[in-house]
Amino acid sequence: MRARTVPQPAISFEYIMWMFTRISGLALLFLGFLGLAIALIMNARNLLDMPTLARWTFFPNPNHIVDSKIPDVTQGWANAYWQIVEMVIAFFGISHGLNGLRVVIEDFIGNTIWQPMIRGVIFLMWLFFIIIALYVILAS
Amino acid sequence: MALSKNAWLTGLRYKGGGTMITWLLHRIGGLAMVVFVGFHISASFFTQQLGSNVGVFINSIYESPYFQIVLYFFVIFHAINGFRIIIMDTFPKLLEYQRELTWLEWIIFIPIYGLSVFITIMRLFANG
Repeated sequence: MRARTVPQPAISFEYIMWMFTRISGLALLFLGFLGLAIALIMNARNLLDMPTLARWTFFPNPNHIVDSKIPDVTQGWANAYWQIVEMVIAFFGISHGLNGLRVVIEDFIGNTIWQPMIRGVIFLMWLFFIIIALYVILAS
Repeated sequence: MALSKNAWLTGLRYKGGGTMITWLLHRIGGLAMVVFVGFHISASFFTQQLGSNVGVFINSIYESPYFQIVLYFFVIFHAINGFRIIIMDTFPKLLEYQRELTWLEWIIFIPIYGLSVFITIMRLFANG
């Protein structure tokens, strides 16, 4: 048995979101490993415990490392670099997650009148969470 | 296809095997993470901007070890399974070995998740 040949897909909304899911998934994995690696370089092995390091890996926010032995988080752990990383993670994470929610819902409701309404609601949720996340990142 | 009354029962009877279970866990974990991250961002916003106690209450649930054990499962599984899907989509010849890749995925997943659960439970006992 050999792998089936797949025809070249046309550029459509579904195709773009399918591709976006893969790219954002890889980006989130990469940014998670990046945060983990830099934390370990900054002596996380002695300063953080496991749940705190896991929290930092998921999202490198200074609020995630309040339960740690770090003397001063502004020395490397809370600066503009991590804020930019947080914004990228928040954008990719929220878009990836809400697009996944859309895919799962549309698997159940199909091509009915509900589809554009659900898409509208999910777009508003996306906008709401992007703005809220920006507030949290810039204020912490 | 509308959601019929018996969809859940039909789904349970459908014998998709291990690869179907990963598909199901990927979806359940993904939806759980959307709910978790949505509430968590909102809780941080309420705490930071409005000084509300609702956010503190929501985050106190998330800090419980039992919740963390479930969340680690969803996050780590979703990450590893998603990586397998990306690899298989990039190299379609590997679709032939989907079952073997699924076993490989569990072999990678179990030590990472097991270690996280072990440390979480040991800390739970140590802190009483």
